[in-house]
Amino acid sequence: MPGVEGFMYPNEVELQWSVLIVLYPFLTGLVAGAFILASLERVFQVEEVKPTYRLALLTALSFLLVAPLPLQLHLGHPERSYEMYLTPHKTSAMAMFGFVYLWYLMAVLVFEIWLDYRRDIVVLSQSTSGWKRLLYRAMTLGSSNISEHALHVDERVGWMITLIGIPSAFLLHGYVGFIFGSIKANPWWSTPLMPVVFIFSAMVSGIAAVMLLYMLVTWLRKGTIDMRCVDTVASYLLYTFIIDFSLEMLDLIHRIYESDESFRSLNFMVHTKLYMSHIVVQIVFGTVAPIALLALTQVLRLREMARKRIYALAGCLTMMGIFAMRWNVVIGGQLFSKSFLGYTTYKMGLVTREGLLVAIVLTILPLGILWVLVKLLPPWPEKKSGALAGVAPAH
Amino acid sequence: MSVTRRHLLLLLPAAAIAWKHVLAGTPEVSPNYKLSEHWWSMLIDLPKCIGCGNCVRACQTENDVPDGYFRTWVERYHVTDYDIENPHVDSPDGAKEGFPPSKEQGGKNFFVPKLCNHCADSPCTQVCPVGATFISPDGVVLIDKKYCLGCRYCVQACPYGCRFINPKTETAEKCTLCYHRITKGLTTACCEACPTGARQLTDLKNPSDPIHEFLKTHSVQVLKPYMATHAKVFYNGLDGSVR
Repeated sequence: MPGVEGFMYPNEVELQWSVLIVLYPFLTGLVAGAFILASLERVFQVEEVKPTYRLALLTALSFLLVAPLPLQLHLGHPERSYEMYLTPHKTSAMAMFGFVYLWYLMAVLVFEIWLDYRRDIVVLSQSTSGWKRLLYRAMTLGSSNISEHALHVDERVGWMITLIGIPSAFLLHGYVGFIFGSIKANPWWSTPLMPVVFIFSAMVSGIAAVMLLYMLVTWLRKGTIDMRCVDTVASYLLYTFIIDFSLEMLDLIHRIYESDESFRSLNFMVHTKLYMSHIVVQIVFGTVAPIALLALTQVLRLREMARKRIYALAGCLTMMGIFAMRWNVVIGGQLFSKSFLGYTTYKMGLVTREGLLVAIVLTILPLGILWVLVKLLPPWPEKKSGALAGVAPAH
Repeated sequence: MSVTRRHLLLLLPAAAIAWKHVLAGTPEVSPNYKLSEHWWSMLIDLPKCIGCGNCVRACQTENDVPDGYFRTWVERYHVTDYDIENPHVDSPDGAKEGFPPSKEQGGKNFFVPKLCNHCADSPCTQVCPVGATFISPDGVVLIDKKYCLGCRYCVQACPYGCRFINPKTETAEKCTLCYHRITKGLTTACCEACPTGARQLTDLKNPSDPIHEFLKTHSVQVLKPYMATHAKVFYNGLDGSVR
């Protein structure tokens, strides 16, 4: 059979989860990571990362809005997906996704963004005209009180929401890891480390994404990049990355040392079909290289421009590495037979429902949503045009 | 007796009602079948299997299984004396047309029919997000096609590779132990078609079922017992190399 080496159970030849399911943990990871970065400023009072706070929240929202789309597109019957809310099967990890997602979207992210922007929304609802005025008025939800006391209450409630939001962000992505980690039939997935690795890789990708977006947006707006902020974010990226890499290496070493019945099959796969995406892209270029680059900025006294370039390069490599990690988990976990006697090949369509084109659109879509959100709710307080001049952020 | 116009007029309404039922696919009722009185399983007597593929063909015909997908299939193992952990296995088109002569020299060859194990603790049932796949009170793992989302989580969770997504219905599919037959007192299509009696439908709740005597007197094993799924397809004479 073409694309098959050795023996596969006959129903295993075709891969069940496509590139869209690779996107799902990738996008959800960006959400969780971006939120955790934002919460640093709010809960732990890290003043240095303040310039990225609102951008991180809007980034998290943009990616969260798109995160369920690859799942929907992948379902055989997307029109029945509401059944997960109506009749969830309590023993299913996947059934809980709808609830965790809704909780995170509505109770954490949207609520926190609304509280943080409420003062701006009220001011904008009074200073704009036409459809924008109507939109901002709707967004006030009928609450136009921006007195000192009201803003103080907003601040306190916002702090509480962030406090709840941190474990929620861990839950959101740790749970995605559990979806894979709890499949005992698949030794590539079945490890209790999976949720933990997913959480840390999520933090890595989210921090890298916000760092890159902050630098890109500031450059596009011809502003000055706050190097104190970027240096701090980059150092967090380095430390989180070291923890993430250590966990992944722990998993790898454990597998190599234990060498259970699946090892021979998995080892062969990593050295053949997954060599490029796992060893080269994920580990060498996507993990070791950015860690080395970021470590360089900690050890050497580099000039500002050099640091910026290193951060940009390390950020891009990180994003590539984390995407490769998701790819290797999702696609890699389906390339070998559960008989451990054979391997299949993933054939990605181009313009099919689960093809490359759809995957590219779904990757770009959050950036489009972010652009709209940034236009509606500018994350920078120094915006000169419009009614927000001189208005300080609510906290 | 000649059929008059009067007879035809009398027959037409009855034919119309019957035709409506045919179109609606109304299942036949099984008034004497009691769910609580059965606990279905299957016995596969491996030394009797000759790899003819009759069972695969019968299943495909009975259950309208699409080409390239399998509710049941047969594997041929070739195990050499010096490497029993790495058998050579083949199953050309699920053995629908049987097997070509083996080219392997030395060692031993044998056939292993596979199907859903109707596990009592089935991982596929556990992971289904809406409960579309379930264990019936008589011990058969079934799928409600009108409810299945087609998320494929169950396909990933099955350790035995027994599930697939039907490209026509876009829902999960697998062996139902010919539930539409066994609830009417018939055996499964594969068991009926097996020329050597290698496959036998068994009812663990029926005290007079020969399975009880067989289990007492033979070394019987299930596939991948370390998965702790409480599989109910029992294999007599199962070689340790079988995955």
